[in-house]
Amino acid sequence: MNSAAPSLPSSSQNVVAAPSDDKRWRIVGATMRRYGFAPSALIETLHTVQNSFGYLDTQSLRFVARSLKVPLSKAYGVATFYGIFRLKPHGEHTCVICTGTACHIKGAAKLLATIDRCANIRDAETTKDNKLSLVTARCFGACGIAPAAIVDGQVIGNLSPETMEELVRRCLKS
Amino acid sequence: MRVVTLSINGQHLSGRNDESVLQVARAHNIDIPTLCQLDGLSTWGGCRLCLVHVEGNNKLVPACVTNVFEGMVVQTESERLARYRRMIIEMLFSEGNHICSVCVSNGNCELQDAAQSQGIDHISLPYLYPERTVDASHDRFTFDPNRCVLCTRCVRVCDEVEGAHTWDVAGRGIKAHLITDLNQPWGESSSCTSCGKCVQVCPTGALFEKGKGAGEMVKKNEFLVYLEEMRQKRS
Amino acid sequence: MQTPQHLDAKNGRIVNLDDLKTIAEQEALLKSQLKHRIFVCMGTACQSCQSADVLDSLTREVSTRGGQAECLVTPGGCQGNCAEAPLVVVEPGGQLYRGVAPGDAASVIDSLKTGPVKRLLCDTTAPFFTEQTRLVTEYRGLVNPERIEDYIAVGGYIGLLTAVTELTPDEVIQQVTRSGLRGRGGAGYPTGLKWSTVAKAVSEQKYVICNADEGDPGAFMNRSVLEDYPFRVLEGMAIAGYALGATQGYVYVRAEYPLAVKRIEKAIAGAQRHGLLGNNIANTQFSFHVEVRLGAGAFVCGEETALISSIEGGRGLPCPRPPYPAESGLWGHPTLINNVETYTNIAPIIRNGGDWFAKIGTEKSKGTKTFALSGRVKNTGLVEVPLGTTLRKIIFDIGGGVPEGHKFKAVQTGGPAGGCIPAEHLDAPIDYESLQSLGSFMGSGGMIVMDDTSCMVDVAKFFMDFCATESCGKCIPCRVGTVHMRDILNKITTGEASLEDLAQLEELCDMVKYTSLCGLGQGAPNPVLSTLRYFKDEYMAHIIDHLCPAGVCAGKGQDIRRPACVL
Repeated sequence: MNSAAPSLPSSSQNVVAAPSDDKRWRIVGATMRRYGFAPSALIETLHTVQNSFGYLDTQSLRFVARSLKVPLSKAYGVATFYGIFRLKPHGEHTCVICTGTACHIKGAAKLLATIDRCANIRDAETTKDNKLSLVTARCFGACGIAPAAIVDGQVIGNLSPETMEELVRRCLKS
Repeated sequence: MRVVTLSINGQHLSGRNDESVLQVARAHNIDIPTLCQLDGLSTWGGCRLCLVHVEGNNKLVPACVTNVFEGMVVQTESERLARYRRMIIEMLFSEGNHICSVCVSNGNCELQDAAQSQGIDHISLPYLYPERTVDASHDRFTFDPNRCVLCTRCVRVCDEVEGAHTWDVAGRGIKAHLITDLNQPWGESSSCTSCGKCVQVCPTGALFEKGKGAGEMVKKNEFLVYLEEMRQKRS
Repeated sequence: MQTPQHLDAKNGRIVNLDDLKTIAEQEALLKSQLKHRIFVCMGTACQSCQSADVLDSLTREVSTRGGQAECLVTPGGCQGNCAEAPLVVVEPGGQLYRGVAPGDAASVIDSLKTGPVKRLLCDTTAPFFTEQTRLVTEYRGLVNPERIEDYIAVGGYIGLLTAVTELTPDEVIQQVTRSGLRGRGGAGYPTGLKWSTVAKAVSEQKYVICNADEGDPGAFMNRSVLEDYPFRVLEGMAIAGYALGATQGYVYVRAEYPLAVKRIEKAIAGAQRHGLLGNNIANTQFSFHVEVRLGAGAFVCGEETALISSIEGGRGLPCPRPPYPAESGLWGHPTLINNVETYTNIAPIIRNGGDWFAKIGTEKSKGTKTFALSGRVKNTGLVEVPLGTTLRKIIFDIGGGVPEGHKFKAVQTGGPAGGCIPAEHLDAPIDYESLQSLGSFMGSGGMIVMDDTSCMVDVAKFFMDFCATESCGKCIPCRVGTVHMRDILNKITTGEASLEDLAQLEELCDMVKYTSLCGLGQGAPNPVLSTLRYFKDEYMAHIIDHLCPAGVCAGKGQDIRRPACVL
């Protein structure tokens, strides 16, 4: 790594034991190693944890904080400052509704109302059967095809409440 | 480092160019209101109470983080500044749940002092009445977030002076709040040394010693400058 | 592609202008062997309309017919008219096909012999295409963003290698200064001046940061540029590194832009492989490395000091300036922070000279600017025009005006710190100063058109809600003030506000604007102030008559107050 960022020497003796023998911790470990266990790698590492496990829990925050020698409260402070990180798992399906300006002008609120009506969930909520989580995002840059949503990683544009309803019903069924 | 001459409120003064407007003003008994600033801690620049006019700069500048320079012309009082300062304090009162009469710091509170010095006896902003839970899990101290103004003095003293970094801020915007460790009860914190520095630097009754009744909590934070001097001598 | 022989000897490293020429010639040769090239846009909008499937089926169709040798199907960049995605371009000829489905592959391939597929054809003689000036979006996406050779074939890296081998750092800065380029992130600070400040700072370590944390809702220019021209952004950063004496660069990009992240990471690896990033670039003493840092969903991180806190791994809290990052930035070292689009302009400036760039635009605002045109306008998408172009030209000529017989009401520029500009100022030229005098802001280039179906109080409320949620919470005016302002706007849209509330709103606007710590808070009142300036009648209709003229807060002619409780 070429960064001149001040970093702690990455002594292998100091490596904190992973919380379990789950293989995903190796991916997390690889990220931290790539940045030489520098405290500044906190956000990158939290991204890796969330991509691997789906969310950040107390156990993973403690592991990352200890490994990078970041105070626990700082790790928690960072995890709750940024909108992308979540401390609770999502349901089987995730629907992100863009509430950026263009989507707002073109009726994002109607999409949210549709989801509320069909699945009885609002922003940052998950259905009781754990099938669908709803999240809102501030613009993912798909303004040309507003209003837009991301359903299970797939960007879908020019959404009407009818199409939205169909998408939601499909998520709830499968 | 160099000595410079400047004027504050028309008074001609001198100071060092590594000193802030606030330091020079205080050295000459000119009062500028502050809340987050505390001698012995790093500057924060968040409360905005110490904003002043500097000639030639069309923006208001925070006195705590602005260094003086040769020929600087500072104005610390104006109708506009007074209005802004009043609004800042009103905002703090509207944001939390401050009930002075039952507060341990009643009579010894920097927020109360600031309100009095700005002549505030009521606020025109609606109260937000947030729901906040008191943390009394620590043996010796209590944290009442209803009275917290998020000045982060406790965070800074714990990190910079004690070296424990037990406190930090979680969330953001109006939802920002203080936490210990991984948002655990303070009493269960593994990093807290129970040194009590956070309690002493807290400007309000948000952090206090257990067993104190209304108006009984008097904060002592002179130790900070002393510690700073002693540590400098050593290094 | 085959690597030219003499490059192999140097492990594929490109070290001088001759190497670039060799590759360009090689590419030209390859191109001349092809009868047709088909570009399928792989931008976010097109991908969301299954352009990857279109690419697949076109590739399959060509290979079934055994035409690979003379027809290349390749991923391409944004064509601009994202609303008509997915888009396919056929070269030579430049036919632009819109709304192409995987099932259309056969007809597209047939068309190479029989002539254009009329039902898919876009009219590229329309003003949307002819009235733009493409500088940042040069080559209109007809470059495979994942192949460095494609970029080199169109003049890529001539700028960097010219700078490093023929110019002194001072001469590079001189060219940038002469060009008159100003920061494209919004505030318009002269780029040359910023560079020379960092260059003058004495420090063993300096940093170059590319701000790709495009957070303005309704803006996607940076996303598009990063997706389509990642090498050009890196080239611009490397030139900056050379000019400033910095060896380390960071691209701070939103995690919400996965494609842009992927492209820039691939481009970094590609540039490293060819010795255009890394140690001893062009066999000189100059070394420059770039790493990607992901944002994590915090608008405030677009503010430079907050961005630095975030790269350092902390909460993205802004710090009071001075000291400016140019003196004391990342880890306390002098740091240059420029926007994606600013860096994109650098290579052509070095290649063609600062004076060439200075000929485009107006006296004080040079060059072109990309805008993300969206909202209630016919042609939504990415457009690029010389600065000084009028709003009318962008919205009505290029954008095709407001659809479905509705009436234009306002255009919002500058994101949450910007303002709404009404119809009477449509002939104002777009440059930094004139937008500011109209109570708005250039911002990074979002342009959202509103018509008679948009309620301006609702728009103001939308932005205030945005600022309140995105406020970091460090300073009191922004943390608490935005919440009170939002609450008052809420009261107005539900018919519960009085004139006293309106007066208090104005007082709060003034206070938050002048006392907040960073640009987020200082700009937060702007959408309210500008809508109050131009659309006060709408506020009054809500407050006095309890009506929403646009029919947003309640149906047209209906009382906006919540129905009274009957119990």
